[in-house]
Amino acid sequence: MTGKSGSTFAAVAALAASAALPIAALAAEIPSQYNLQPPQTTIAEQIYDLHTLIMWIIVGIFVLVFGVMAIAIVKHRKSVGHQAEQFHENTTVEIIWTVVPFIILIGMAYPATKTVVAMKDTSNPDITIKATGYQWKWGYDYLQEGISFYSNLSTPRDQIDGHNNEARKNNAAYLLEVDNPVVVPVGKKVRIITTANDVIHAWWVPALGIKQDAIPGFVRDTWFTADRPGTYRGQCAELCGKDHGFMPIVVEVVEQEKYAQWVASAKQKMAAATVATTADPAKKWTVEELHGQGAKVFAANCQACHQATGMGVPGTFPALAGSKVVNGPEEEQIKIVLNGRPGTAMAPFKHLSDVEIASVVTYTRNNWTNKTGDTTTPDEVKALRK
Amino acid sequence: MQAHDHAHGHHDAHGHGEHGDTHAHHPTGIMRWVTTTNHKDIGTLYLWFSFTMFIVGGILALLLRAELFQPGLQLWEPHFFNQLTTMHGLIMVFGAIMPAFVGFANWQVPLMIGAPDMAFARMNNWSFWLLPPAAILLVTSFFVPGGATAAGWTLYAPLSTQMGPGMDLAIFALHIMGASSIMGSINIATTILNMRAPGMTLMKMPLFVWTWLITAYLLIAVMPVLAGAITMVLTDRHFGTNFFNAAGGGDPVMFQHIFWFFGHPEVYIMILPAFGIVSQIVPAFARKPLFGYSSMVYATSSIAILSFIVWAHHMFTVGMSAAAQLFFMYATMLIAVPTGVKVFNWIATMWKGSLTFETPMLFAVGFIFVFSMGGFTGLVLAITPIDIQVQDTYYVVAHFHYVLVAGSLFAIFGGVYYWIPKWTGHMYNEQLGKWHFWLTMIFFNVTFFPMHFSGLAGMPRRIPDYALQFTDFNMISSVGAFGFGLSQLLFLYIVVNCIRGGAKAADKSWEGAEGLEWTVPSPAPYHTFETPPLVK
Repeated sequence: MTGKSGSTFAAVAALAASAALPIAALAAEIPSQYNLQPPQTTIAEQIYDLHTLIMWIIVGIFVLVFGVMAIAIVKHRKSVGHQAEQFHENTTVEIIWTVVPFIILIGMAYPATKTVVAMKDTSNPDITIKATGYQWKWGYDYLQEGISFYSNLSTPRDQIDGHNNEARKNNAAYLLEVDNPVVVPVGKKVRIITTANDVIHAWWVPALGIKQDAIPGFVRDTWFTADRPGTYRGQCAELCGKDHGFMPIVVEVVEQEKYAQWVASAKQKMAAATVATTADPAKKWTVEELHGQGAKVFAANCQACHQATGMGVPGTFPALAGSKVVNGPEEEQIKIVLNGRPGTAMAPFKHLSDVEIASVVTYTRNNWTNKTGDTTTPDEVKALRK
Repeated sequence: MQAHDHAHGHHDAHGHGEHGDTHAHHPTGIMRWVTTTNHKDIGTLYLWFSFTMFIVGGILALLLRAELFQPGLQLWEPHFFNQLTTMHGLIMVFGAIMPAFVGFANWQVPLMIGAPDMAFARMNNWSFWLLPPAAILLVTSFFVPGGATAAGWTLYAPLSTQMGPGMDLAIFALHIMGASSIMGSINIATTILNMRAPGMTLMKMPLFVWTWLITAYLLIAVMPVLAGAITMVLTDRHFGTNFFNAAGGGDPVMFQHIFWFFGHPEVYIMILPAFGIVSQIVPAFARKPLFGYSSMVYATSSIAILSFIVWAHHMFTVGMSAAAQLFFMYATMLIAVPTGVKVFNWIATMWKGSLTFETPMLFAVGFIFVFSMGGFTGLVLAITPIDIQVQDTYYVVAHFHYVLVAGSLFAIFGGVYYWIPKWTGHMYNEQLGKWHFWLTMIFFNVTFFPMHFSGLAGMPRRIPDYALQFTDFNMISSVGAFGFGLSQLLFLYIVVNCIRGGAKAADKSWEGAEGLEWTVPSPAPYHTFETPPLVK
């Protein structure tokens, strides 16, 4: 079904649309798509086929019903001299057009029910990955392998802000690219557990046929088994605030051996990062070291709201440059970074390490117009953790 | 009316028949409108209020479409973009569509059932005059720190608990509008049940009156539910409750359940009166009685009852059990049956009629055609697995604009053209009316049809910037939107022109029109049916 009638439908749709759309020539760098993305899992394929089936049923009903209406419009008009008949009731007809649609609906519900049941069966996964929604990025934890990382949008800011339109035009993955993609092996059942840190997000990869809300304080799950290696892209699908449109999801499906290599290297990287951030707590950090590290932490965690200029967004996200908090007592600022400000968009950042928090606090206190000269140490942060 | 009689003591307060009472006993100037208890004046106020909000909401939509014309952020930063989407939705739903139908009910229900006025005339005044303050709260919320609420018109917690004071203003505005709707619907239900002319049994009522009776019950049932939901958001925001905060034992998903328990009947609140208007127009221009009157009444009632058990089809991605998903899928699919019955009945009414296509009929036929497409995509969306794929994408945006713009709004336009001769005493300019229809119809489809494609291909809704494969469709939508918006200025021109003059309208302005409203003069005198007519 996916093969033949699906593509016929897509072709018909494409034809209908392109006939009506002369303007399309204006911008066609990346070709438009008219139908669901090519399915890469059994579930996505079932969804694709269900959609095709129902579209054909609808087209049939459409032609029938509006065919009748068209005949009436053409033939039963006063201007061609048609006299109105006065019938206004027919119980047989009413029963027919109540019962027939009901039977058609049962025909649709049967395959749909099977797919619903299959979609909910998350038992016996080969791999379990927890996806956590943050404002505005995704965090991933591979529960068996012990790998954890964040996944941020990697499209350069100047392409988005319109300063570099040329680069944008040639970027096929514009807004759909991340620094750290999710990597999974082909043909294995992957269970995705979703949750969120702040507000509701939704983890959605169309080609894999899954979309699952990520709800703060609750855990939900879904699953997929990818048929073919490839890179599949999706986006957050639930409005989650300012940068809702800028937290994509990228899943790389690879062969088993490549996956094993990736796991090994990811573990190594994790170990190295752990050394860098937590080892030797007694180490004396210089202002320069903390400042350098802090700039990175800031870019990954704070910049989306407080902006690279430290000026925030007036009325929405407060400026850090010249801020009373950032230029006030260190302790207060560390507490806010750790615990957030309830009732505002300022989320808790407890999940960052002591060194990361110390460095980003040092960075903000000695950057832009802020010149406190303070150096915050990881020990100070540790002491303030509850 | 006593006070007014004192002010205009020279008038004779009595002795007017149902015709001939052309001069009105009321203050003039602004005070006429502020103090009015006359259903026709209040209907007029509702309709103008609604049109004003339609323009405001429309401007917000055009600001959105301007940003979406091409990829990249050109005009608005994302937070302001989210404010625009949110306020566009709230203003169109609560400020434009709902008040328009209440305006129709005020003007037409008493005229169609042979009643002298609404049952509670002073409450009627109050239900209207609550609306302007609510609208001011909503619109001025753009100017408070942090701007208007940007949580989407659905106001999902906990995003809505993060918002600035604009959110509180929106909550208060919704409370006030909700109170207005509840009073309005109590008034309409009471009027219909108690003030029908002798001989007009329930099953002889015009279908527009039937649909409004059912709508009024839906409103009374669900507006308090919305009030509850937003009050809980308010106390979560300011008084330390944790209804929707998991850390305090609450559940964010509970907000969605409560919201959509209101929200789904709300959808039918916005479409049932439209069904009623179309059911008046089609027989008039087919010169043939409505086919299947009683099955239309039963179908409308079934839709209203089913609307209470389908709410979670808006939430197929929150992770309900398979059993719950299947229940809501089956219940939702069932709605296709009575909705189909209505469409079949309209077409059977046209069949073997003697059709003419004046502007009201164009909008009614346009409604049947385009609304049905929204119905078809509704059926696609009812299928849970497909819905999970296209939920929160432009496919859904296309779907609900097909039912709310091509559905509700087209019916409102049709209704205005149908009854405006009765309201003003003049015929509108038919040529321009036809232009208005065709421009609206074409630009509507140019705007919203491409959204089906971008949604299927994977474009999420409520995003200020998008991946490059969606560029063409967005450009087309933006061009269509500006065309659609500008076409509505033509509507304003036609209406103003019709109020100021034009061919004299006959009492029965349309050859095939049936009903009590066509037995009174055009324009309808200030007081009508002081002596009830007899319906056989």
